[in-house]
Amino acid sequence: MTDLTAKADDIIALTPGQILRRRILGHQGVMIGATALVLILLVALFAPFLTPHDPYLQDLGARMIPPVWDARGGWDHVLGTDHLGRDYLARLMYGARISLIIGIGTAVISGLIGTCLGVAAGFFGGRVDMAVTFLITVRLSMPVVLVALAVVALVGGSLEIVILVLGLLLWDRFAVVMRSSTMQIRHMDYVAAAQAVGCSIGRIVFTEIMPNVVNNLIIVATLEMAHAIILEAALSFLGLGVQPPLPSWGLMVSEGKEMLFFDPYLITIPGAALFVLVLSINLLGDGIRDVTAPENRN
Amino acid sequence: MLVYSLKRLALALVVAVTVSIISFGLLYLSGDPAIAMGGESATAEDIQAIRVFYGFDRPLVVQYLDWVARALHGDLGKSYYFDASVFDLVFQRLPVTLTLGLSAILFAIALAVPLGIAAAVRPNSLIDRLALLISVMGQALPSFWFALMLIVLLSVTYPLLPPSGSETWAHFVMPTVVLGYYATPAIMRLTRAGMLEVLTSDYIRTARAKGLRPPVVLAKHALRNAVIPVVSLAAVQFGFMLGGSIVVESVFALHGAGFLAWESISRNDLPTVQGLILVFSLIYITLTFLSDLVNAWLDPRIRIG
Repeated sequence: MTDLTAKADDIIALTPGQILRRRILGHQGVMIGATALVLILLVALFAPFLTPHDPYLQDLGARMIPPVWDARGGWDHVLGTDHLGRDYLARLMYGARISLIIGIGTAVISGLIGTCLGVAAGFFGGRVDMAVTFLITVRLSMPVVLVALAVVALVGGSLEIVILVLGLLLWDRFAVVMRSSTMQIRHMDYVAAAQAVGCSIGRIVFTEIMPNVVNNLIIVATLEMAHAIILEAALSFLGLGVQPPLPSWGLMVSEGKEMLFFDPYLITIPGAALFVLVLSINLLGDGIRDVTAPENRN
Repeated sequence: MLVYSLKRLALALVVAVTVSIISFGLLYLSGDPAIAMGGESATAEDIQAIRVFYGFDRPLVVQYLDWVARALHGDLGKSYYFDASVFDLVFQRLPVTLTLGLSAILFAIALAVPLGIAAAVRPNSLIDRLALLISVMGQALPSFWFALMLIVLLSVTYPLLPPSGSETWAHFVMPTVVLGYYATPAIMRLTRAGMLEVLTSDYIRTARAKGLRPPVVLAKHALRNAVIPVVSLAAVQFGFMLGGSIVVESVFALHGAGFLAWESISRNDLPTVQGLILVFSLIYITLTFLSDLVNAWLDPRIRIG
């Protein structure tokens, strides 16, 4: 009998917050992605405390020491050293900072641009919508990698430039998604009610529309963050992104490329790190979509 | 259909003009191109001479119109580095990139469409999970790293394929896989979503109820309707592949337009870069225009609405 009442209580007492919490805890993708991402974030934040080595300190006497699982490796340099004798684990940890800064910085810039354009297009419709749709079409027609490479080559490569260039290029998905979600909300009765009461456009956008589209915004932001991290790595790999001696993972792969045939660990390790980071961000983003809007799963 | 086509064509032309203005403007992003070309040891007279020789001393609008007028006649200027016509350079290299792009998109479709169908027929089954895994992995795999790993595996550990060059078909196998795998997740997700939607529709139930065999229902009734959006996505993905080819071609030293882009960018060869951006964008615009037309032809709802 007690069993039954307990179950009945359960059914009645579930608040929307509890349902959401259960969904999050029950979703493998969210849990795996969030755990891995938090771990990488902690490593990036506390890198100076986690490794005794300086990622920029060259030691030509200790060049190309293989990782600890190789017979020639040792515990002093767990992941070995590169062609300039810099500790590979330290570079990997500090490299996580670069990837995360690029991802977050780009997502903020492109998110601002894309959200403004998308919400304006969805809210005002008509000519504004036509203009924004046209801008999106033009942006999609330009090859991202080619334009980014050309701009970085002309202006000069640095962390700030790469963030700025990617931020100015990757706003298209934000604009597309924000435009369509604002359009859906725009014709709800409560928006009409707010207009009838005489709320200003700014107030309607921020208090009636934004809270209802912020969920989609977060999903796009995670996916674009992953996209930006991959693109930065590709630009740095081609030598036109973040410049040495910064330990960008893409740059590390590029520097290890010459030793591909003899010391593949120089490429496998940073590449695998990149893969794990992007995978966990994507799992988290896809998971948030499943959890907050299960009806959109397919 | 005619009105729709003309509207689309007008839009494509306006987009093309805007893209041409942007790619022309890129040249001035670095400040004064004459100073950049002159180098550090150039005197004021040298720079003035370069300015006059390349016509940088004229108003920007005149320069742009002149550039466009020449481009329309197939003259994209002269490469600073290769000492050859940009038009010849680009179109000499383009066949390699188009071959690569075409084989990559075919590879992606051959992998993604059957997987997407299988996943949609049995949702949440083992094959659905496998398809999901492939698509999640595909989005997270950096193409340059995947390329290098394939070289280690298939050229070094098991010497089956040549690591670089573009002479024989064997040189295209690994680049095709790398570039094609990149487009697989999007195509697979769309096929799966489209099939899931179509499979719950009434006419599929009717087809099943009248006793048609499941393969016939899938191929004749479901796939035909589910595949329409895949056509336009494939066109878009082909356009993205032109950009992705820069990374892949430079890893495999495949001498196509992507490799040319990397060479000219790293040598500050601006006319070639401009020409490539213009040509890549125009290919993309043409492809999306054609796919819009094909879609409108396949689905009357698009051209009326």
